[in-house]
Amino acid sequence: MSFSRRDFIKASAAGIVVGVFPGCATSGGEIVKKTGQRVVIVGGGFGGATAAKYIRKWSDNKIEVVLIERNPLFISCPMSNTVLGGSRTIEDLTLSYDVLKKKYGINLIKGEVTAIDPEKQTVMLADGHLSYDRLIVAPGVDFMFDKIEGLDAKVADASIPHAWKAGAQTVMLRKQLVAMPDGGVFALSIPKGPYRCPPGPYERACQVAHYLKNNKPKSKVLILDANPDITSKKGLFMAAWNELYPGMIEYRPNSMVTAVNADTRTAKTEFEDVKADVLNVIPPMRSGVVADMAGLATVDARWCGVDFLTYESKARRNIHVIGDAVSAALPKSGHMATSQAKVAAAAIIEMLQGERPDQNPTIANTCYSVVSDKEAMHVANVYRYNAEKQVMVSAEGGGVSAKRSELEGAFAGYWLKNILNDVLL
Amino acid sequence: MIPYRKLFIVIAGFLLFTSAQAAEVSKHARGLAASCSACHGTDGKSEGGMPELAGLDRMLFITSMKEFKSGARPATVMHQHAKGYTDEEFALLADFFAAQKRH
Ligand code: HEC
Repeated sequence: MSFSRRDFIKASAAGIVVGVFPGCATSGGEIVKKTGQRVVIVGGGFGGATAAKYIRKWSDNKIEVVLIERNPLFISCPMSNTVLGGSRTIEDLTLSYDVLKKKYGINLIKGEVTAIDPEKQTVMLADGHLSYDRLIVAPGVDFMFDKIEGLDAKVADASIPHAWKAGAQTVMLRKQLVAMPDGGVFALSIPKGPYRCPPGPYERACQVAHYLKNNKPKSKVLILDANPDITSKKGLFMAAWNELYPGMIEYRPNSMVTAVNADTRTAKTEFEDVKADVLNVIPPMRSGVVADMAGLATVDARWCGVDFLTYESKARRNIHVIGDAVSAALPKSGHMATSQAKVAAAAIIEMLQGERPDQNPTIANTCYSVVSDKEAMHVANVYRYNAEKQVMVSAEGGGVSAKRSELEGAFAGYWLKNILNDVLL
Repeated sequence: MIPYRKLFIVIAGFLLFTSAQAAEVSKHARGLAASCSACHGTDGKSEGGMPELAGLDRMLFITSMKEFKSGARPATVMHQHAKGYTDEEFALLADFFAAQKRH
């Protein structure tokens, strides 16, 4: 049973439970009538939405899909750093789920899951439950605020944004940047890996510097990195910092932020207190906490172990996990989430039809980093299944751009257009 | 007597085997092609900017991929993707994309 004892007591005390074991269907009953084989998907980000679309597409609409998402709109995290630089607005990155509903016949439920019952194969929401043959949990990441004294979800929303999920905090961080005095300090703290989007923080430093260079040239970007070194595209980022923004970006490795003071906008590391005009603290991450409702976070109680042929959880039968929440030597990126989603979608269809999934899944990832209003660079890899070790391994020949370029700046934009189309339209 | 029944079973079995194998192969092809769509569009139908792969001539496709792989054709990113696949997979991908309608 997924409900903990404490939840049970809380629920009983609140008078919700009347004589039945919680976690079983409550008040509302089956939210959407189940007529055939059904896959329920929790989370409509890059991974979840792709899985929803491709299960319908590849099963010739034979398998029912219910997608549960708490946000009314899809906002792309990839490219959201360009909102800080000023070359995009958050509206440019915002899409509706309507086409998934209308064109692909996906049942979209706006809401939050309150419990998962792996034995009864049901997912609970506030107003009823949904039964499934297979469940996909695509919860993305959640932040471990408790690792940073003085920081919590409220403080992040109010004054020290992470802006590591695109949306209101992205807009707030842009506003703080615009309101910053010339000569001010924008401090950006990066957590220890693994975290969502490895090159993202270094790209963000570029976008912030791009804005400052044109608007507040006496200002500084200070990077406090908990990691011992730049974790992605190091040579390319150092070149971009030195050549495009000379003297503007200061990089401090091994600088883990352990506490913040929201009133004074100060961040504390092992070595120093850093006072900033804008404080952008990206906290350590873990799999979205929904994973805990079915005990899926098997690795360090943080990430979810899966079988890479099907993305079925190592802990629970008939429950699959995709995207950033997965424990793997794979980058936590939007493209990667869609690649995993397609392997899972194909495998689920095949298993529901009594067939054997592809034994040699091969997937790709590319992350473009946009370093100004024009130039970008990438890292690209193909990953193949290694049957002996039962993991995905990077194929020979992957790598990064020879140099940043305007051509790749254009390709990054085309990538965004095509991937959003592939996920949602 | 010639064991027609036996012969039939053998032939039917063979046909079944090869069609099952073909299905397996095309599933692998569909999966391979699916990771190109982030850039080239769903089923290779590009929504702009990136080259369209849907309906691309087989020979042209395979030649391009081999040239990306060897480095003969300069590229920003395709050399790195092409190196991740075998020549047999290029052929599978070529069949897959050649069968898609351009849009
Ligand atoms: C990260 C984006 C990206 C991904 C993923 C990607 N491509 Fe490409 N593709 C490009 C770009 C950009 C070009 C233009 C050449 C270059 O700069 O690399 C291109 C060019 C091509 C061409 C030449 C087309 C022509 O008309 O000349 C072929 C063929 C091709 N890609 C096939 C593929 C296949 C097959 C896959 C998947 C296995 C794939 N690509 C995955 C970005 C991508």
